[in-house]
Amino acid sequence: MSSDIFEITILSIQVSLLATGISLFIGLPLGTWLALRKQLRGRGFILSIINTGMALPPVVVGLFVAMTLWRSGPLGSLDLIYTPAAIVIAQTIIAVPVVTGLTAAALQQLDPRLRLQLLGLGASPIQMVISLWREARLPLLAALMAAFGSVISEVGASMMVGGNIRHQTRVLTTAIVLETGKGEFRNAIALSIVLLILAYLVNLGLTLIQQRGAR
Amino acid sequence: MTGTILNIKELSVTRSDQTVLQVSSLDIQEGEVLAVIGPNGAGKSTLLLVLARLLEHQSGQVYFRGKPFEQEDELIYRRRIALVLQEPLLLHRSVFDNVAAGLKFRGLPRAEVKSRTDEWLERLGINQLSNRPAHRLSGGEAQRASLARAFILQPELLLLDEPFSALDAPTRSRLLQDLRTLLTQTSITTVFITHDLDEALLLGDRVAVLLGGVLRQVGRPQDVFTAPSDGEVAAFVGVETVIAGTVAQAQNGLVSVQANGLHLEAVGDLPVGTHVLFCLRPEDITLTISDADIISSARNRINGRIMRLTPSGPLMKVFVDCGLPVVALITRGSANDMKLSEGQAVTASFKATAVHLIPR
Repeated sequence: MSSDIFEITILSIQVSLLATGISLFIGLPLGTWLALRKQLRGRGFILSIINTGMALPPVVVGLFVAMTLWRSGPLGSLDLIYTPAAIVIAQTIIAVPVVTGLTAAALQQLDPRLRLQLLGLGASPIQMVISLWREARLPLLAALMAAFGSVISEVGASMMVGGNIRHQTRVLTTAIVLETGKGEFRNAIALSIVLLILAYLVNLGLTLIQQRGAR
Repeated sequence: MTGTILNIKELSVTRSDQTVLQVSSLDIQEGEVLAVIGPNGAGKSTLLLVLARLLEHQSGQVYFRGKPFEQEDELIYRRRIALVLQEPLLLHRSVFDNVAAGLKFRGLPRAEVKSRTDEWLERLGINQLSNRPAHRLSGGEAQRASLARAFILQPELLLLDEPFSALDAPTRSRLLQDLRTLLTQTSITTVFITHDLDEALLLGDRVAVLLGGVLRQVGRPQDVFTAPSDGEVAAFVGVETVIAGTVAQAQNGLVSVQANGLHLEAVGDLPVGTHVLFCLRPEDITLTISDADIISSARNRINGRIMRLTPSGPLMKVFVDCGLPVVALITRGSANDMKLSEGQAVTASFKATAVHLIPR
């Protein structure tokens, strides 16, 4: 079991960090665009959809991703069902609304005239956006922590699209479910402690970065 | 002044089908300070945003150095100007980083950024605050940092949007003096927006009056203030007598100002040779029939002829030509008793303490 724990932990970290990273890549620009495009028609509607998406149940995401990647599904030919990649896809879908919604909220808190001021000092649109991200770094790091927290701790989607296959797609949360089901509470507790420590370490790191910026 | 830097023709800006700004024609000369005055909501900030190319105009044309706005890349244009807004809007970084921001946007080498930033921190008297986080500055210090980060860019056009309106009076007056010195030293072409007439008189080579979104009058301060183009402009500027002159003598807190061949006295403490605007409120001017021999405590007595009498409520505005235009406000009763009429010779007198001197 102990060598399994190591393997499971590494896979969990890899999958969840990758999913968080991809969701940052999609959610940060998308959230920024939504925050800055005030004239956009239906902006409020889109934001309400995204904010609902922040509460998207992982099992529902798991269901849709499983149906899509199923052998007979639209993307069945990619052979991704029951692979770590499938878990990454499902976790990314869970994390994107979190990053997008919190990014939009973080940037909307800034004084809208700050954009004009930055452009008026000769910032290019990209320099202006990077400056705004730096200004909003505290809430943006909070968004990152929330996204990582939501994917490292979800179990429904990982179970449904990963299948909890030993040495292949078993992650901490699915392993905890399995060990608990078998009545192996000691293993389940050990895995839970690893999960908690992991979540703590990542958030500690991000909090330290965040608070260094707060002074 | 060696030509026109900015040229506005038939400009109009609309927002949700309402015209918020209309400027039929306005030229800004190289090296001049144009003070744009008007009450809140008159379209002053809109004008500034259009000039900074941060707001689209719906019709008309703006030329920068003879070239229409559309023909020049927006970013290149914005890197030739600098904008200072009412709130300092500093970034949550050190004062140094804030002042250096514009140079960094332009990708200048680190050594040059450092030396120019140090220079401008020094010139605005905030070099000791260089490492302080910007959000821990006082209002005045923050606005100094905001001015430094604009001046450091050596812009061809400086746009200032009421930079001092949020400051307390002593801080504001010190900053105004410093800004005036900087503008004189650098001769940067400046558009300065304010709702404060004193600021406009102190800084503006020319004054533009914006009322209800429409540019109503542009001219030298003494012209705009003494000869408003219409009643609304007059109501806004408060029809003052503004005379341009030079300090000829200064003694014991009293100065003698020479203007158009007249010697006028005022309380003040300015060195001989200073160019000043000599401002008088119409209610401080007393009129007497010229041949009457009255001994008065008023230090200034100038003779002239009544050009025009304009009733305004219980009062009468009297425009007197004394070689310079002087405007007096008297009650209708007095006007009737004195049997004032246009063309009549009168003496305008006012106390040296009633004069408001603005050094130029």
